Formats: sequence, structure tokens, C-alpha cells
Amino acid sequence: MIAVGAPVVAAAAAGGQVGDPVVNIAIFGAFVLVTLVIVFRASRNNKSAADYYAAGRSFTGPQNGTAIAGDYLSAASFLGICGAIAIYGYDGFLYSIGFLVAWLVALLLVAELLRNTGRFTMADVLSFRLKQRPVRLAAALSTLAVVFFYLLAQMAGAGGLVALLLGIDGVAGQALVIAVVGALMILYVLVGGMKGTTWVQIIKAILLIAGAGLMTIWVLARFGFDLSAVLQGAIDAAGEGGETLVEPGRQYGATALTQLNFLSLALALVLGTAGLPHVLMRFYTVPSAKEARRSVVWAIWLIGIFYLFTLVLGYGAGALVGPETIMSSPGKANSAAPLLAYELGGVFLLGIISAVAFATILAVVAGLTITAAASFAHDIYASVIKQGQVAPDGEVRVARVTVVVIGALAIVGGIFANGQNVAFLVALAFAVAASANLPTILYSLFWKRFNTSGALWSMYGGLVSCIVLIAFSPVVSGKVDPVTGDSLSMIRDTSVDFAIFPLENPGIVSIPLAFLLGIVGTLLSKEQPHPEKFAEMEVRSLTGAGAEKATSH
Amino acid sequence: MYATVVHLAATGPPGPAEVHVSQSQTETDYQRVQRSPEFQDLRRRFRNFVFPMTALFLAWYFLYVLLANYAHGFMSQRVVGTITVGLLFGLGQFVSTFAITMAYARWANQKQDAVAENLREHIESGALIEGSAPARPSDGSRA
Repeated sequence: MIAVGAPVVAAAAAGGQVGDPVVNIAIFGAFVLVTLVIVFRASRNNKSAADYYAAGRSFTGPQNGTAIAGDYLSAASFLGICGAIAIYGYDGFLYSIGFLVAWLVALLLVAELLRNTGRFTMADVLSFRLKQRPVRLAAALSTLAVVFFYLLAQMAGAGGLVALLLGIDGVAGQALVIAVVGALMILYVLVGGMKGTTWVQIIKAILLIAGAGLMTIWVLARFGFDLSAVLQGAIDAAGEGGETLVEPGRQYGATALTQLNFLSLALALVLGTAGLPHVLMRFYTVPSAKEARRSVVWAIWLIGIFYLFTLVLGYGAGALVGPETIMSSPGKANSAAPLLAYELGGVFLLGIISAVAFATILAVVAGLTITAAASFAHDIYASVIKQGQVAPDGEVRVARVTVVVIGALAIVGGIFANGQNVAFLVALAFAVAASANLPTILYSLFWKRFNTSGALWSMYGGLVSCIVLIAFSPVVSGKVDPVTGDSLSMIRDTSVDFAIFPLENPGIVSIPLAFLLGIVGTLLSKEQPHPEKFAEMEVRSLTGAGAEKATSH
Repeated sequence: MYATVVHLAATGPPGPAEVHVSQSQTETDYQRVQRSPEFQDLRRRFRNFVFPMTALFLAWYFLYVLLANYAHGFMSQRVVGTITVGLLFGLGQFVSTFAITMAYARWANQKQDAVAENLREHIESGALIEGSAPARPSDGSRA
């Protein structure tokens, strides 16, 4: 910490660092302490794979719904959307709407059927009536890809937040904090398994929604409980051209190309959720399909209400803090919500909100890590490498080792991704999920003729096209800020430019392509259909016969 | 509904002999359940609800997205103060999502659960497919 002393002073002098780092760290430390105690208590019964991956299937619908909200309302939702609305106004609102409406796909088409047919991972369902090993491998690889993008986003968010809240502006200091976050996350998941992780999500969701609700009421109170006045305040604070904050097109309306970007993003958001492996895995933590349904209903209400809060908070930050102050702070748009907290309630509220934001990142990263570990241990190690010949505790042991490896990778990746736009990185994870996972999930649940070849074409086609298009998009290289001349891409060297795909989100190409490949691959294959496996899957998915029950202790 | 169960159960008394017969035939027990009018009814009602509903909310969502993307003038009209048509459309997406969620949960609780439960009990009690129900290999992980 001494090494970063000089940057702290520099940042504080520039007006960048706000609040009291000691208060921030103290509140965050209290959260970590409380959750660790709960994780240790909750983990005493972690014996079997069902305990470790699926928390013994013992959570109720409302508990799991709250945990889903905790998993889903990541730093991207809180910091990213508030910032996007504060800076771009109405166009930032699209993120919330897409993220929410997407839950209807999960509710109507996926959640209950998946709960009835699978055991631990997404691949359980996809490989149900297809050839086990190739399909499991493909599903596990796409799971790992989605988790990787999502993890990068969370770790990048952690870096930006640290810059603002702890006044640690130096690269080395931020890297240290990212490492601490990563180490804590490994501890939670290693010790707590799914049960401990779920409790962390539940506590965090309650804190986050309550904190955002408090700030929302506070903002509204400052404007006489008149939403129109909040918006007017944001317009006034933005100065010239502020009127466009309440109109669509401020961020995406410039050209036909940016409008296409908007469409692509909208498609990826609405179809991504039901293909997110860490969300799907949560449905296995409840005892029945009915509880899975209750989970989603709870999650939709909590998430929807939270996004209504972010609308007020985003415009409130624009009105009370002002876009210039936000953009000149170290965390840029991601600091809108913490800066608003400081403006409203001073050091103490900032401390609480930043502790909540830290907790958010910690909890989401823990949820992602256990998903990736389950997918590797259950699908790749146990099913593909060992062909099902593993001792019951062998799989969990491999999962624990995987947790440590993924934690280490997340720390390294997070240090590199530090400074990237958070909501945007999450949108890429959604694009991969919607392309690589969703078509195969829907086909295998609803299309009798669908076969192994179709699944592999769709999953690999969706995954590869998505990643290749991202690699050759302006996200990775060649995007230059027209005003400052700085690079806005991952590769900061502006002379490197291999962006030949013009869109920043590949969804509009890769999602239809993956759906199409699923059909083409199925029809071209000579594989014999298995009507008896489809019958079993369909009967089980709709009736719950033979579904995994809760374990009793 | 009740008659169907009787019909299904009447295909043979549950027991080892029945298992042997059913496994040697080309049609599996799950296929027999799948073919039953009771299951077909459950499946048809499920699909008749969720498919049109999915089409509806996706159409409504993309109408919103397309308007926000290409009808800036219309979406920017002020309704009250600074509240625009676009903002009301966006809030409308929240309202429709909440409404569809509650409508589906209510419908599934009232119309589907009892039927599904009834079928499940018959299958799991062995009345229909004794011996072949846990077709998935168990890794013995359940405590």
C-alpha cells in the first residue's frame, strides 16, 4: 500500500478520490467477516456432489430467486447501467429492459424443463438424448467461454471501483486489490460450495436492492417525488444538448451502423439470459420444478424493481453529480452510482454503497467460479476423460482444484481487463451464451428430430463465430476516440487495427447463424433418431418423473 | 383425466413380469406415457400457452427496440413534462413482463401442476415403468 501512496495523493488532489478509504474498507471488511461465518456454518454438510454443486437441492423458491437476483445483478447492472443512463440517458435504459425481458424466455421455455431433466450442469440436459461425450465437451467448452467473458467483466469492474473508492490509482495497487478479491472468492467457493455461495448471493442481493431503494427514495425526495423533475435536473446539468438525454439515439443514433449495433445488442440481451450457465445451474438448487418456477417469479420481481431504481439513480446521478464530474473521475461512467451516494449521504452512504458494490462483484465471481468448476469436473473430467468411472468424492476433489485454477486465471485476466467498460463486456458474454447455448437448449427440449450433429454444429458454430467476430471487431482493435485520439479498444496501440467486422456486438450475426446451423447439422446427419430417448426426456421434462430430489441430512 | 390413468394402469399389473415384457418390446414405458391422452393433453396445453406467449413478448420487445432505434421523433415526443413516449414504452416493457410472469405462474399452478403431479406419481410408483424409471446412471452421490 505504501508503494501506491503517491498516486493516492495525486488522485485526491485531482479530486478523483472521494470518501474515506478507511470507512469503505471497514464496511467491506464487516461484510466479508459476516459472510465468511455464514459460509463456514452452511458448509458443514457439504459431502456429496449434489451438496457441493447443487446445495443438496434444499433451497426454497424465494431463497433461490433472491440468490438468482444476487447472481444476475452484477457490477454491470449496478455500476454499468447507472453510468450509462447518467451519460447517455435513454439509450442506457435499453440494457435494463433487455436484461429483464430476457427472463421471460427462462421462465416460459427453460427453467422448469431444465430442472426436471438435469442434475448439475447445462450439459446434463443437452446430452440427455444425444451422444454423451462430444455434446458434454462442447457444452462445457461454451460454458467456460461464457464464464470467462463474464469473469473478465466483473474483475474489470473491481479494478475501476477500487480506483475510485480506496484511492488506489496505481496499476500495482489495483492489481493487488484484484488479487485480494480473487483470493476471497476462492475461499468462499472452496469452503462453501454451492450452499455457501448461495447464501453470499442472498445477503448481497438484499443489501444491493435495499441500498439502491434507499438511494432512489432519497433522489426522488430531492426532486419532490417528481420523476419528470429528476429528468429535467439531468437535462439542466448536462448543459447544451442535454435535451437528448430523454430521447433515444444519444449513444446509438449517430449512424446506420451504430443503429445496427443497437439491434445486435438488443438481440443478444434478450436471448442471452436463458443460456447463461451460472443462471441455469441455480435451478438445480431447488427441490422441484415448481420451486424453480417460484424462483424465477421472485427473481423477475426483484430484478425488475431494481432496474426501475437504476433508471432514477442514473438520471439522478446525471442531475446531482453531473456528467462532467462523472467522466473525469477515475472510474469514469462506472463511478456514477458511488458518486451519487457520496453526494446524497456523504462518507457513510458512500462506504455502504461501495461495500455493496464490492460484495456484488465478490458474489457474482463466486457464482461464476463454481459453475465453471462444476462444468469442468462433472462434464469434462468425470464424463469425457474418465467416462463416468470416478469415485463420488473424486469429482468434487477435481472441482475444488478447478476452483483454485479458475480463481488464479480470473485474477490474471482481471488485471489485464482492468479499465474496460463493464456493462459492455457482460453484453459480450450474453452474445456468446445466446449463440452457443440457447439454440441447442431449445432444440433439444422441443424438437424431436434434433440430433448430436445438429447440437455440435450449433454449439461450435455459435461459439466460434461469436469469438471470431469479437476478435475482428472494434472491441479488440482499431477503435479510436475521435476527440482525444486515444484507443477505445482492448489493444491500446492505435497503430494496430485488424477490425474487419464493424459491429461491436456479434449477436445479430452469430445468433441466427447458430440457430440455422442447428437445423442444417441435424438434417445433414445420417444419425438414427432415438424416439425412445426423446419420449423419456419429454415426459420427464413436463411431469418431473425421475427428477433429482432434495438430499436429506 | 381419471379415465386415462385407469387406462394406463390397466396395461398390466406392475411387477417384474411386466418389466420384462415392456423391455423386450420396441415401445418403451416412457413412450407409452408419451402416447397417453393424458400426457398429450398436458403437452398440448403447455405448448399452446408458452409458444404464443413467447411470440407475443418477443414481438412487443422488438417493436420497442425498433421504435427506439428508428422512430426517434415519435419516441421523443413529450407526454408530461420531460416524460417522453419512449420512456412510457420502456416502462410498458416492465409492466408487460410482470404481467406475463404472474399470468404464467397462476396458470401453471392451477392448470398444469396437478396433472403433472398425478402422472409423475403414477410413473414413479412403478404403475407404469417399474425398473426403468431411473434410466440415468446414478453416481451414488445422493446421500
